[in-house]
Amino acid sequence: MVTAKDINALQSLNSNEEIKGRSLWSDATHRLKMNKAAVTSVIILLLITLMVIIAPSFSPFSFDEIDWDLISTPPSIANGHVFGTDAIGRDLFVRTLYGGRMSLMIGVIATMVSLLIGITYGATAGYLGGRTDAIMMRIVDILYATPFMFFVILLMVFFGRNIYLIFIAIGAINWLDMARIVRGQTLSLKRKEFVEAAIACGVTTPRIILRHIVPNLLGIVVVYVTLTIPQVILVESFLSFLGLGVQEPDTSWGALVNEGAQDMEIAPWALLFPAGFLATTLFCFNFIGDGLRDALDPKDR
Amino acid sequence: MLRFTLRRFLGAWPTLLILMTLAFFMMRAAPGGPFDTEKTLPPEIQANLDKKYHLDEPLLKQYGRYLLDLAQGDFGPSFQYKDYSVNELIAQGFPVSLRLGGTAILLAFFIGCLLGTIAAIRQNTATDYTVMAAAMTGISIPNFVLAPLLILLFAVHLGWLPAGGWNDGALLNTILPITALTLPYVAYISRLMRSSMIEVLRSNPIRTARAKGLPEHTVILRHAMKPALLPVISFLGPATAGIITGSVVIEQIFGIPGIGRFFVQGALNRDYTLVMGVVVFYGILIIAFNFIVDVVYALLDPKIRY
Repeated sequence: MVTAKDINALQSLNSNEEIKGRSLWSDATHRLKMNKAAVTSVIILLLITLMVIIAPSFSPFSFDEIDWDLISTPPSIANGHVFGTDAIGRDLFVRTLYGGRMSLMIGVIATMVSLLIGITYGATAGYLGGRTDAIMMRIVDILYATPFMFFVILLMVFFGRNIYLIFIAIGAINWLDMARIVRGQTLSLKRKEFVEAAIACGVTTPRIILRHIVPNLLGIVVVYVTLTIPQVILVESFLSFLGLGVQEPDTSWGALVNEGAQDMEIAPWALLFPAGFLATTLFCFNFIGDGLRDALDPKDR
Repeated sequence: MLRFTLRRFLGAWPTLLILMTLAFFMMRAAPGGPFDTEKTLPPEIQANLDKKYHLDEPLLKQYGRYLLDLAQGDFGPSFQYKDYSVNELIAQGFPVSLRLGGTAILLAFFIGCLLGTIAAIRQNTATDYTVMAAAMTGISIPNFVLAPLLILLFAVHLGWLPAGGWNDGALLNTILPITALTLPYVAYISRLMRSSMIEVLRSNPIRTARAKGLPEHTVILRHAMKPALLPVISFLGPATAGIITGSVVIEQIFGIPGIGRFFVQGALNRDYTLVMGVVVFYGILIIAFNFIVDVVYALLDPKIRY
């Protein structure tokens, strides 16, 4: 005989089980937290981001203020230039952080551009399938074999060196990987019951892609974003290093490394600080990306 | 196999055409011509210049002329270095760039595979962790940061190696640029090799080979190496493109007279034909290399049917 107590117990058991149930995400979060390198990277990255956003406003110097009396002075606490000054007497601490602001901003925005193009393209190709898919992916293959870096350089040379163009150009070359990955995922997603249900309810194709396919791609997309941001920062730094990216008096880590490299024999700090920040940031992103991939990868559970 | 090779060969052409078309129209869409200087030229001279370089013709005709010239292997005259043709400039710089890039890709391949295999065999030991930590460092330090750091350490502080210059390719002058160009790719390839080797070592054929009692080095060299190399082989295409791009910066930093330097100078001087010539030349090179990689991959991988 089933008493009210039994039912209560059963219910609590049920709800207990719901609480204890481990979704893919809680599992992944747990595994990520166990990964010390990834956690440390997240903390360092947050610190760098905070510094880059907040610290320049607390410094007594501005990023383009020139002090002809203090040219290439080594780091010193006494005169307030904790990272020293560059070849025309600007405070390197503020410039490094200001450059970081630029590099991180370009990293995030250009990644968003590539995300937007890649997801739309990949999801459309994967969902429509058939000949459309074949043609769309063939185009990706063809573009994949083109040396895009050279085209970005050409773009910078011909159309002036403005920041918006950098966002678009870098975003536009980085969407290919994303499109491939998203397409692969979409191929398996579109066979799922909820898509069938949506079709049966008469939902239009664009809406199915946007409302039902894309949200389910987010897991893989998150991993990929953390791996794309450092690539983008790298491309931007590369351009700025060649003098084709961010222009004076604005700066970025790549531009600072370039300036630092020019007179590193007399002022190595002008090279070492920006290079250190750039490498640390790339390090952290790569560790987080690796950690996320391992955490979400069901293979070695 | 022949059919597969032929199909791949034909498949490479659209890429090439897109590459050339993009390069051409992007350059013509750009504001500012190659002869824009501080002082404006008299109209007659401008007209003569335009006529000499066919800039006065309709765009489509220019495009056709350009494709026709390329088909004959003629990149045209350089706008900036007036006495040279782009072909001559490329011919002058390419041997240097080839020596730099070729050595880099070979070194990256062999060292990367070696390190990756060692790390995979000793998975989860101190050796593995050391190699992987080094690889992570290699990936995170871009070559244009690495190069000045190397110069700072080995040329400025220790004084062991020259800080730059080519000196007709003397061995001492090549060590630093090749190191800076190679290290990031050693890192990528060793990571790739490690993970694919680990996967192969867990597979059934390898278990069989071990069960037969084959010595461990035979198992690895004769049975595991070939399938484990496949992902590395397919990475060689992008790696070559990356090394070529990287060599532009490296040549700039070390003052090496290769194609990369002409490219940057040409880009800054709006030397249309030179820049376009270099882009198309490197494009052809990369596409050709991708084609070779595809064929080698198909030869190595029994799963690909052709």
